Amino acid sequence: MGLLSDPNRRRALIGLLTRLNAPIWGMPVDWLVKTMQSRGLEVFTQRFSRRLPFPDEDKERYMVKGTNVYGILRAPRAPRTEALVLSAPCTAGDHNNQAVGLLLGLAQYFRNQVYWAKDIIFLVNEHDLIGMQAWLEGYHHTNTTGMDWSPLQGRGGSIQAALSLELSSDVVTSLDLVLEGLNGQLPNLDLANLFYAFCQKIGVLCTTQGKLQRNDWDSVSGYSHAVQTMMLMAMKQASGRPWGDHGLFLRYHIEAATIKGINSFRQYKTDATTVGRLLEGMYRKLNNLLERLHQSYFFYLMSSLSHFVSIGYYMPAFGLLGVILLLRALDLWVQLASPPPRTEDGVVDADPGVLSVLTPLVISHLTGAALYTLPIHFQEMAVEHFPVSETEAVVLTAIAVYTAGLALPHNTNRLLTGQGTEQGWKVLKLVAVLYLAVLLGCTALINFSLGFILALTLVPVAAFVTPNVPKVLSAFVLVVLSPACTLLFSVFFFQELQEMPVSFLDGWMLYLSVISQGILDHALYGSLVYPLVALLVYPCWLLFWNILFWK
Amino acid sequence: MAAPMTLLLIVAVTIRAVLYRSGVADLVSERVEVVSPLTAWKRVVEGLALLDLGVSPYSGDVFHETPLIIYLFHFLVDYAEITFMLADVITAVALYMAVKDYNKQVFRKQKYALEADRYPLDCLELIRSPGEMYYIPLKVAMCYLLNPFTVLSCVAKSTCGLNNAVIALFILSTVKGNMLLSAIFLSLATYQSIYPLTLSAAALLYLIFWWFVAQYAFMYLGSLLVLVGLSFFLLGFWDYLPSVYGFILSVPDLTPNIGLFWDFFAEMFEHFRLFFLCVFQINVFFYTLPLSIKLKEHPVFLIFMQLAVISIFKSYPTVGDISLYLAFLPVWSHLHRFLRNIFLVSCVLLACSALFPVLWHLWIYAGSANSNFYYAITLLFNVAQILLVSDYFYAFLRREHHLSYGLYLKRKDGSEATLVLK
Repeated sequence: MGLLSDPNRRRALIGLLTRLNAPIWGMPVDWLVKTMQSRGLEVFTQRFSRRLPFPDEDKERYMVKGTNVYGILRAPRAPRTEALVLSAPCTAGDHNNQAVGLLLGLAQYFRNQVYWAKDIIFLVNEHDLIGMQAWLEGYHHTNTTGMDWSPLQGRGGSIQAALSLELSSDVVTSLDLVLEGLNGQLPNLDLANLFYAFCQKIGVLCTTQGKLQRNDWDSVSGYSHAVQTMMLMAMKQASGRPWGDHGLFLRYHIEAATIKGINSFRQYKTDATTVGRLLEGMYRKLNNLLERLHQSYFFYLMSSLSHFVSIGYYMPAFGLLGVILLLRALDLWVQLASPPPRTEDGVVDADPGVLSVLTPLVISHLTGAALYTLPIHFQEMAVEHFPVSETEAVVLTAIAVYTAGLALPHNTNRLLTGQGTEQGWKVLKLVAVLYLAVLLGCTALINFSLGFILALTLVPVAAFVTPNVPKVLSAFVLVVLSPACTLLFSVFFFQELQEMPVSFLDGWMLYLSVISQGILDHALYGSLVYPLVALLVYPCWLLFWNILFWK
Repeated sequence: MAAPMTLLLIVAVTIRAVLYRSGVADLVSERVEVVSPLTAWKRVVEGLALLDLGVSPYSGDVFHETPLIIYLFHFLVDYAEITFMLADVITAVALYMAVKDYNKQVFRKQKYALEADRYPLDCLELIRSPGEMYYIPLKVAMCYLLNPFTVLSCVAKSTCGLNNAVIALFILSTVKGNMLLSAIFLSLATYQSIYPLTLSAAALLYLIFWWFVAQYAFMYLGSLLVLVGLSFFLLGFWDYLPSVYGFILSVPDLTPNIGLFWDFFAEMFEHFRLFFLCVFQINVFFYTLPLSIKLKEHPVFLIFMQLAVISIFKSYPTVGDISLYLAFLPVWSHLHRFLRNIFLVSCVLLACSALFPVLWHLWIYAGSANSNFYYAITLLFNVAQILLVSDYFYAFLRREHHLSYGLYLKRKDGSEATLVLK
């Protein structure tokens, strides 16, 4: 699965790193400090360190230690109450090697201007998102993820907006705007509109989701292009991970976006000076803001940079899916409330109903809790007994617990004491359907795409499953529409949409890495997708699995 | 019934103890749905600190609980968790004994009515049997102790738990017929938050003669005066009156909660404030007279309705207030066949309880929503509660009507009739 899957090589690498007590590939901290100081900024550094719960094979890191360097350009004649941030992640290799240079050039240019009313913070963060999380936590005096960082020596006031740069070449053909942040949170649409309008004024090509805008909205191919762009955004939002360094700012109520420079095969290329003018213009606009951006939509899906679907249009679609569940619940209630006449035997009949529902509920939630806690806690034991690396152990344990949950209905039925089995499964289905409706509603409010995708796959199944449908077919359908398989299909679909289709084996590897990234995101930044799916959606799905196999 | 009750108490105390030791306690004690400016533990600690420094605990508009509470916790602050768990246990046991006694009274009245042949022949299926009523006290205690609202309120160390304990003891002493204790507990409850004053109507309905009513009123007012005087002597000054009662009645603090006051008063113009304040506060006390007239033969149901009205319309409600009247629902489980909206109401209550933290997060942390979203959920929650209470009222009255006029109603020409609540 990567560099670290061979345990011997991994141990050698970790030993080397801890012996040197410094990362081999690092950031030129002293050079950055000197350069920023020579440009007249107030420079400070912040050290941070973090031990990941298990090695991250995509980025090949386990014990992360780094330094953030930031310089503050103080506004010449204004009180130091507000700030703007321009950040560029510094990683080794070719991925992002031009952004820091552009940042330093901009710093020198900005220093000579007199119109700044807000402080501008030029941040160079190491280890991209981890460094950014450390800096933000230090800036706002919170510590939600258990990272170890040194306190910040210099501050600039409350941050109004932030932009993050990713440039891999010094000429670009287009600039890509990345908006999706942590837990599917998006910046205010005004920020995206501002950037697009300014790009059009300067004459730089601007894209979203890496796709160019088309002019033929009426034709079928134009419409399908727009739908593909929107679906890409929906899938990125549903994953709950920040797709750029800006994603972590949004949690602190700071509007932020990431600008990626793309160098493709086009004739007309924009050089770094034009990009610099663009950024200067953006910052002058942000500088002139009197209040935080809040007038436009916070919940939207962009089908292109000039067209979007707002919450008022997409929520009714979700509401209709929810209504299916509520109607099914009403139907079950009416069936339960008018039972066939029974002889009076003085036994209270509501109680066994409640108790027989309690057992599947408790067992499903215990399985969900196992899915949440076991993969990370038992990785050492798994590594001892099986020839796998820690990441593989975590992911495969998660898949194993998930599949083991499928075997449960055959055991819980023995523990049930429900009399009148016809009543029992109806009560359970009523509870499960209402639980799913409330869960999907709350999820859609926080992360709409995640709620909608889960609703699309779970609602039809939830509405139609009973013990009386053909077992094999419905079991197959239920497994195919379960959250794990939805994720698998989404991975393939996502690659298709990005016009980089993968073979089945590559797709499977990608799927495993997506699961490990999801668990890591939760541990590192507090992403809610993994706990939501493990602790709430999966037990709910297990309840429907129980109903299908009710005896 | 002692064994299941003991088991229930042990389970409840274990759940609370486990939650106290986990990280949930800190999270929950800051949730606005669970604590209000009146009941927050943080404010009690602040008041204690001020008292230790020799300053009045009411300076600085932080502490709004009564002086007796602060003196109670002056001695018990190290055992605070045990105090709140004990308060929950006392409430549950008091409710258990009260409901058991009430069931006996109901059954006795029903027996006399049956012997006096006062029920029409076709409503025999509405008669309650001892077998069906056997488990109700245990269910009431279970409904109170294992209700997530109560558990959250206890873990957050909200003083609402102490208020609930006093009200439960009042209900127990009223049902048992002990007038002195009933008056004392009612005055304690009124002393802590003004609204239980309306429960005195229910207590008075248990009495028949004017002389007893006068005696009760004298005992009630006397104990109230004693408490007020005691507070003055303990603290040495009168400034607790505006801080506690003035705070409850004039609602200066508009922190969001699950009540109806905060957003309404936040949007209001200043010169209408007094008018709307009076309207909202009268609303709580207004239903006492009509309800007592209609329910003069059923004082315990009247207590249930009053508790519900207080928890919905008071100035700073919390989920702890709601859990007290929800605990009574098993007592009226024989009304299930007449309830019309129970499905809708329970769905809405469930959904709103889940949506409260989501919309709070979206408003305060993500900044994508505003106060209107949270107030909308508050309104929906309160409407659902009102619907629940009025539904039970309808079902209760309908059953009484059937018991007097028969189950299958016929109009004068013999066709089937339907009942409409006007």
